[in-house]
Amino acid sequence: MRYALRRLGFFVVTLWIALTLNFLLPRLMPGNPALAMMSKFHGELSPKALNALEILFGVNTKESLLSQYFGYLHQILTGNFGTSLSQYPASVSSVIGSAIWWTLGLVGIATFLAFVLGTGLGIVSAWRRGSKLDSVVPPTFVIVSAIPYFWIAMVLVLIFGLTLHWFPSQGGYYVTTDTPGLNFTFFQDVLNHAILPAVSLLIATIGTWILIMRNTMITTLAEDYVRMARAKGLPNRRIMLDYAARNAILPNLTGFAMSLGFVVSGAILIEYVFNYPGVGYMLLQAVSSEDYPLMQGLFLLITVAVLFAILVADVLTALLDPRTRTAS
Amino acid sequence: MAMPVSGVPTETPATQAPELGSARALGRIGRAVRLNRKATIGAVLLAIFILIALFPGVIAHDSPTQDAYAPQLGISTAHLLGTNHYGQDLFAQLVYGTRNVLIIAFVVGLATTTIAVLIGVAAAYLGGLADSSLNVVTDVLLVIPLFPLLIVIAAYAHGGTTLVLIAAITLTSWSYTARQLRSQALTLRNRDFLEAARVRGERPLYIILVELIPTMTSLLVAAFLTNALYAVLFASSLQFIGLGDPNTVSWGTTLYWAQNNAALQTGEPLWAIAPGFLIAALGAAFALLNYAFDEIGNPALRPVRKVRKKKGNEERAGK
Repeated sequence: MRYALRRLGFFVVTLWIALTLNFLLPRLMPGNPALAMMSKFHGELSPKALNALEILFGVNTKESLLSQYFGYLHQILTGNFGTSLSQYPASVSSVIGSAIWWTLGLVGIATFLAFVLGTGLGIVSAWRRGSKLDSVVPPTFVIVSAIPYFWIAMVLVLIFGLTLHWFPSQGGYYVTTDTPGLNFTFFQDVLNHAILPAVSLLIATIGTWILIMRNTMITTLAEDYVRMARAKGLPNRRIMLDYAARNAILPNLTGFAMSLGFVVSGAILIEYVFNYPGVGYMLLQAVSSEDYPLMQGLFLLITVAVLFAILVADVLTALLDPRTRTAS
Repeated sequence: MAMPVSGVPTETPATQAPELGSARALGRIGRAVRLNRKATIGAVLLAIFILIALFPGVIAHDSPTQDAYAPQLGISTAHLLGTNHYGQDLFAQLVYGTRNVLIIAFVVGLATTTIAVLIGVAAAYLGGLADSSLNVVTDVLLVIPLFPLLIVIAAYAHGGTTLVLIAAITLTSWSYTARQLRSQALTLRNRDFLEAARVRGERPLYIILVELIPTMTSLLVAAFLTNALYAVLFASSLQFIGLGDPNTVSWGTTLYWAQNNAALQTGEPLWAIAPGFLIAALGAAFALLNYAFDEIGNPALRPVRKVRKKKGNEERAGK
């Protein structure tokens, strides 16, 4: 319980620092970049929207930095992220709301698959240390982990999208022929469009799970209880899964959460290559159209999502693994 | 983007006997590179890239930026990779682009590792309040998603020149190494050789620089390699999505122009695939070297090797 509370405290502190970064960055940059953006849209914005943006970016205000800061915190904490400029007059929250499900689905499924498959391969690879599998798999994925995500995506687009025409390689569904709705054709369409981006993400991230799991598993295999299990003459399968893997997998939950930030980063680039209508693609569009309120909102959303996942993983680890409780 | 591979950074145990001097440690590293096939491949690859970056004019005889030729020429002996949409020689562009990526890799690698040493070792050595506060900063930076943060910074800076990219990446990505070095320094803090130095009346700075840091040489080399790898991936990605300076000659910028002109869709796949391949190859060079050092620096792999060793020679070579 105390451990969980401490993690919660850390979550709050980190969130606060992320908010503060968001507040400070536009103000620290030479020539507040928001100024140009505001003047570009001047006259098109309603006074209320303008005021909200002024608070977000510290434009046209004679208030001290500190009172600006509190005004900013108040506005964010009441859920007002301002108005999107590129999709005026929609609010930032509603614009984000339309994109978030695409990313959640894509990243969620790909990450889950990568975790399950990668961990499985890691277990087998460590168990058969020195075998052919073990001498091929880890080095291969060391190299794969150095490949930029977007390049994997490009190669898949080129081969399976443009050359073989197996899967569509642009967008989230056929915008011209299909309308979003709860029907089978739309579902199938979405699935078809998701395959290449999901596989890109899977290839890019699976290596980490293999290597993490293999390394922890190797350490666990040296434990006395594993030797004990061998001495008892238990079947290999049972030693591998119930004795070694079960104990090796828990520390990985933390690693799993920690690397989510990297997965999200990768998803941004992959969505960019595929023009996939998720949060990452939207973030880059917000950047190129200088829609800073939307950009800030998306950065906050991504940060909160990653922090929340880490918190969940931490608490889960504490619940499942007594060792972490006594250690802390 | 690569992710940190060792799952729990706090559990890195002491790597080597503290009495090893840095010269001997470096010698050990050199021997390890020669003996380990992965490390040898990585070192050779890296050496090739460094040579290309130093003498691009020897290898490519065309200008990387001049629109001197007909657009979209195919592969030929005059243009090894053809020309792009603008009539630039792609091979020359990639050869000259090597320097930018390598500069970013080496500067960021050195700078992040230095910051990490300062913060990690200081935290461990000073202890108390300094340790806790440095720890909070490190932990926070560790969990904030870096790439989105870099995007926001670069967007506000209106696209990053190489200097902006280097500064932004350095300032945000030292935390993982700092954490590793801190736990390493913590395990060493109460060792006798440090105690002896303290009793001799040496100043803390001397103890840290001369006694403590040389014992962490292999860890520092590994940290440098990891950070250089991240720098390559982060910087190229930022340049690719248009947040670099579009006039820089570099692999990421080439990718940016390729993507802008829909190179894949318009039948110029090499324009996009070739620079990406080079980024991957340079990344692989760093990753392979790093993998070897991970094996040197992580004795967790060793006891198992003794227990389950059957084909001993191969594995000893892989150490």
